[in-house]
Amino acid sequence: MKNDEIRASLLKRSRATKNERFGKILTGLCIAIILTVVLAIFYFVASKGLATFFKDKVNLWKFLTGTVWNPGTTDAQGNPQVGALPMIVGSFGVTFLAAIVATPFAIGAAVFMTEISPKVGKKVLQPVIELLVGIPSVVYGFIGLSVVVPFVRRTFGGSGFGILSGTFVLFVMILPTVTSMTIDALNAVPRNYREASLALGATRWQTIYKVVLRASTSGIITAVVFGMSRAFGEALAVQMVIGNAMLLPSNLISPASTLTSVLTMGMGNSVMGTLSNNALWSLALLLLIMPLVFNLIIRRIAKKGAMHR
Amino acid sequence: MTPRKWDKVATTMLYLISGFIIVVLAFLLLYILISGLPHVTWKFITGRSSSFAAGGGIGIQLFNSLYLLILSMLISIPLSLGAGIYLSEYAPKNWLTDLIRNMIEILSSLPSVVVGLFGFLVFSINMKLGFSILSGALALTVFNLPLLTRKVEDSLQAVHYTQREAGYALGLSRWETVTHVVVPAALPGILTGMILGAGRVFGEAAALIYTAGQSSPPLDFSNWNPTYIASPLNPLRSAETLAVHIWKINSEGIIPDASAVSAGSSAILILFVLLFNFAARYFGNKLYRHLTGARERG
Amino acid sequence: MKKKWLYLLGLPALTLMLTACEFKQTGQSITAVGSSALQPLVEAAGDEFTKENSGEFINVQGGGSGTGLSQIQSGSVEIGNSDLYASQKSGIDASKLVDHKVAVVGVTPVINPKLKLTNLSIAELAKIFSGDITNWQQLGGPDQTIVVINRAQGSGTRDTFERWVMKGQTSMQAQEQDSTGMVRQIVASTPGAISYMAFPYVDKTIKTIKVDGVSPTSANVTTNKWQIWSYEHMYTNGQPTGLTKRFMAYVLSDKIQQKVVAEMGYIPVNDMKVSRTLKGKVAKINS
Repeated sequence: MKNDEIRASLLKRSRATKNERFGKILTGLCIAIILTVVLAIFYFVASKGLATFFKDKVNLWKFLTGTVWNPGTTDAQGNPQVGALPMIVGSFGVTFLAAIVATPFAIGAAVFMTEISPKVGKKVLQPVIELLVGIPSVVYGFIGLSVVVPFVRRTFGGSGFGILSGTFVLFVMILPTVTSMTIDALNAVPRNYREASLALGATRWQTIYKVVLRASTSGIITAVVFGMSRAFGEALAVQMVIGNAMLLPSNLISPASTLTSVLTMGMGNSVMGTLSNNALWSLALLLLIMPLVFNLIIRRIAKKGAMHR
Repeated sequence: MTPRKWDKVATTMLYLISGFIIVVLAFLLLYILISGLPHVTWKFITGRSSSFAAGGGIGIQLFNSLYLLILSMLISIPLSLGAGIYLSEYAPKNWLTDLIRNMIEILSSLPSVVVGLFGFLVFSINMKLGFSILSGALALTVFNLPLLTRKVEDSLQAVHYTQREAGYALGLSRWETVTHVVVPAALPGILTGMILGAGRVFGEAAALIYTAGQSSPPLDFSNWNPTYIASPLNPLRSAETLAVHIWKINSEGIIPDASAVSAGSSAILILFVLLFNFAARYFGNKLYRHLTGARERG
Repeated sequence: MKKKWLYLLGLPALTLMLTACEFKQTGQSITAVGSSALQPLVEAAGDEFTKENSGEFINVQGGGSGTGLSQIQSGSVEIGNSDLYASQKSGIDASKLVDHKVAVVGVTPVINPKLKLTNLSIAELAKIFSGDITNWQQLGGPDQTIVVINRAQGSGTRDTFERWVMKGQTSMQAQEQDSTGMVRQIVASTPGAISYMAFPYVDKTIKTIKVDGVSPTSANVTTNKWQIWSYEHMYTNGQPTGLTKRFMAYVLSDKIQQKVVAEMGYIPVNDMKVSRTLKGKVAKINS
């Protein structure tokens, strides 16, 4: 009798185990919901985006390398004119340039905040960076239009609309994201690394450069990729300053277009289920796939370059 | 050059960079405020917007923005917290978890117009929510979840493993350790993520055009019964937010004072973002101290 | 317990989701979606309508003519606003939709105000937009490159302009903008810029020009002397009933037509002295 009770109480799940299961299920449920949403969007974009190729029989290669975008009309052979190359080039152009410009600034600010002057950093820089995120992209666009575009026009000539203006605007827009994620990466470097380095007689900069930055390389790269993804997907602000001409950009100050700008412009003007609409969804699909691709590439590079922890 | 000199040069560079960022922001803020604040009057803040005559206000839009922000944060904070905890504490370290993480990351680069259209087709049409605050809040949740989840996960990861071991050593289950030790310790980071998220929600336009809509039918501020169609609390009414309003009057608005209204609205928008920032920081500090018993945030 | 905060967060979200499903609203509303050019007009009419009929609301959304037509066709909204005839859009079965022409809108070429030009012929305009003329010098202006700003493909304004100016020629690939507000800002600030926009959007920051000696005024549109104009359509799926029917009648009433429509710079349909079919056949209206 007594033995059975003890047996039962021992075999019964303890309160902590129940708790544990509860927690696991609860959080698992959250991730399941998010996954469902992600998969739904993937399915949604893919089903519409692939219709261009399966239903309307557009050649994938022609889609990627064609330079004429005019989905409403057909060329001499009766093929719809859906060449996305100008937009692909434009998107990659602004994204990479913005990332190249923003990365040093982001790393610099992050190092300043974590290593040099955490007090000033927390009190001044962090709110500043959080505020930059809070400025709506519409407002960025209008400032771009009234400040950046005339500046580019006066300094470099042309009409002022183009990849260069887009780069400037995107630079400011992705800076906060990249910086705050870099800060997290730097903070994740254990303190004893720094102490060990300083104890060896290294200067602060040597410690930062040779230890902290090396140890957080993969985190920083993630931050940059994340920023690039944001730049790749940004629509309203870029659309206002890039000029939206579906031409292969010949230089940085000639009007160009990005995948998002064409997508945003065309969506409301086309009818669901038609080729013009499906072609736009194909662009959306490209937008989903491209970041995935450079994510993979950069991860591969990061693995080689990173110091093993 | 000696290492010592390098150190000086590098430090100066870092100061310059940080200074530059502050200058850029100061310029942006001043630009927005100087061009906007002269148009801001009490009548402008509380007044009703006009579709074609001059002199419209932004009262309803401002209320809508705040209400939408609260609704969407109510949905997305618990979700992202749970998902972040799962990814950081429970998920096995294998390719599947990596894949999930990657997919969530990709989602964040989706242009908001695509999120908006997805929300439009799924929430507004399939779930029959129509152009409403609720579909807007759900769309914003989709838009915001990746960033929030990522931020939560990162903040949790940054908590040192010794803290977890201390929890286990006291006989706490993993879940108890997470809720009592790890999350409170990671709170400042989580909070920063939430502020960033809130700012994005407040400023987002493209995802809302097709979901929360761009019309602001007159509201009856004396009737707070959420089922009445003109009640401010009705989650199924269509609601134009401040950011959408700015976008609308700049793109197709024909009111003669469009630039003044948009400058004024931008200034108000920025002031509110500023306000949350300080509020969230203040309460975050209090909460952190309350939960961890620490004197200062780590 | 300290853990309470976690559930506190989750609870409201859950109840919210649940209540949303079981929601019965009091009051009545219809939704009009589509053309962003028509949006301010319908919105203003809806405001007036609600003032007179409390508890009845008109939700007016933009999103573009394409969205308006697809949504009215699928029946998810009550009214679809469009700058174009439904039959002009591929993928739309126009036979099921009922067209209500609620206003007429003129489209005028606009240029940067620094240019001294006052008149262009239709042929010259067509050459500018097809890329045959690239410098203002060729038209007797200063030596300055012409910066052409076009509207997005599928936009109603662009369709009207191309139909009556380009007459079947294709426009060259140029900068495109998807909203009139953007076009206006860019034309106003870019030296040598030219574009076109609907009458209600014209303001002091840009300059309109005469076409073949005719100035862009409402009076010239009513007689078809100014040819670049189009109808604004509100489509219903089948004959309208109930609130939709009353609202459509309200929009076409003299009160809205003469006061709101005219005040905004649109041309009331009743003022038109001619009618024009989709194909361009013009007929006098005897009043």
